[in-house]
Amino acid sequence: MKNKVFETIIHGVFLILGLITVGCVLLITVYLIISGIPAISKIGLFEFLFGTKWASTDAEPSYGILPFILTSIYGTAGAILLGVPVGFLTAVYLAKIAPAKIRTIVSNAVSLLAGIPSVVYGLVGMLVLIPGIRTLFDIPDGASLLAAIIVLAIMILPSIINVSITALEAVPKEYEDASLALGATPVETYFRVSVPAAKSGIAAAVVLGVGRAIGEAMAVMMVAGNVANMPSLFQSVRFLTTAVASEMSYSSGLQRQALFSIALVLFLFIMLINATLNFFLKRNKEE
Amino acid sequence: MKKQSISKRRKGYISLMKALMILSAVLTCAVVLFITIYVLVKGIPNISWNLLSTKPSYLDGNVGILPDILSTIYIIIATLCIVIPIGAGAAVYLTEYASNKRLVSVIEYAAETLSGIPSIIYGLVGMLFFCQFLNMQTSLLAGALTLVIMNLPTVMRTTQESLKTVPMSYREGAFGLGAGKWRVIRTVVLPGCIDGIITGCILSVGRILGESAALLFTAGVAHVLNGFFEGLANSGATLTVALYFYAKEKGEFDVAFAIAAILMILTLLINLLATLVGVIFKRRRNA
Repeated sequence: MKNKVFETIIHGVFLILGLITVGCVLLITVYLIISGIPAISKIGLFEFLFGTKWASTDAEPSYGILPFILTSIYGTAGAILLGVPVGFLTAVYLAKIAPAKIRTIVSNAVSLLAGIPSVVYGLVGMLVLIPGIRTLFDIPDGASLLAAIIVLAIMILPSIINVSITALEAVPKEYEDASLALGATPVETYFRVSVPAAKSGIAAAVVLGVGRAIGEAMAVMMVAGNVANMPSLFQSVRFLTTAVASEMSYSSGLQRQALFSIALVLFLFIMLINATLNFFLKRNKEE
Repeated sequence: MKKQSISKRRKGYISLMKALMILSAVLTCAVVLFITIYVLVKGIPNISWNLLSTKPSYLDGNVGILPDILSTIYIIIATLCIVIPIGAGAAVYLTEYASNKRLVSVIEYAAETLSGIPSIIYGLVGMLFFCQFLNMQTSLLAGALTLVIMNLPTVMRTTQESLKTVPMSYREGAFGLGAGKWRVIRTVVLPGCIDGIITGCILSVGRILGESAALLFTAGVAHVLNGFFEGLANSGATLTVALYFYAKEKGEFDVAFAIAAILMILTLLINLLATLVGVIFKRRRNA
């Protein structure tokens, strides 16, 4: 009897440990909604989301976050445009063609890339990319959307490469053998049989990259210049993430509440991306 | 004969794809190599014993990062001490206890959601909940608790994976000998998942080392020399946060690069360790 009670208690303890994860998600969601709603209701949802002017410290402050939303979308799209082709082709090379030795070296390089702290990317970006863009395009300041896009493209490479490799390796060998037996060359087989067969997994890799890019804060803060402009490739811009980070330390009142609302908007974006990611991962598993 | 049967167009396609793949792989490696060498070359000459062993002082203009190093170590220890029991416990619950499929999928979905949330959102919620609601102020402990939530999915996943490799027959054998559930877990299951926990630790250390956005508003930016418990109760900048401040707010790039080089070396070491541990555990399991 005593034993049974003891076992039940232990069971309960493990159950609680398991539920902590769920609790954390609820905590984050509830806190973001509670702290994000007041400013939106004060400013007005439409004005907040589609206002084109962010001037939180003016005498007559205006809180429109359209510039941040668009910058985040453009920046992410740019990073995907640059990063996905490179990451995808590297993944096919590593998964299918590369000799074992080269594969080990490149995979180690990729995992190093994944481990580099984002502030180090920011630092290198500040001292290499920004001056480079300034002289190359002859503009007064190199801190721009372009610099952020390049940094983000590099930062999402590991996610794209690793997830794509996993997907490509899961393609049944029979598919490839059949294609080879029909007379296709290996390279043709990889791109016309293996890649289509792994398309859900590769889509998941892209979506994961989108999530990483839209959520990155510090590296972007160091290279994008942080002026609340509407996005333009060679202008200083502010992302959703950096909008929160750059004003948090000195904000107060409605301005601070508005920052929480920006975080809520970012959170909704991320939840949408997560749902898409799960959709593709699930489909990949079913295939 | 066989060569002739391939048309010129196909040949062109094959060589083009091959060239593009190799180009992408080379580009990826070149980026890694460039960042690593650039940071090490610019940083290592600036690392001095004085920098590593003193605290910064405005009076004599001394720059030292000892407090930042200690803060980083404190926060790593504190985070691991909390996240390992919770993460491993949750994994044990999922694989050993949980019989309700719904509950399992809810917990797993929560863990996936957590791993997709950007660090700036963790920072914000950590600030609202730990620093303000629980009244911890800006302190290393608040930062560590925020990092616990961030690293929970990692530890859970690695432990779960290694639990799956513990053969069912071990458990059945122990049950057959009359052991209770808790006894089986303590003596058979937990020793079997030690490698997963260690892998989780290494990955978490890497992530904590590189984290900055989540710590900026929770752990703060102070550079004060403290003991462990005193340190946890007070604000302190970790190496990444210190890097950000030296580079972005103060423009002292020498110090920033010295820190970046240290972080880079640590990242290299952690990657090496993770690979090594992976190889050792794999060998042991196969033996």
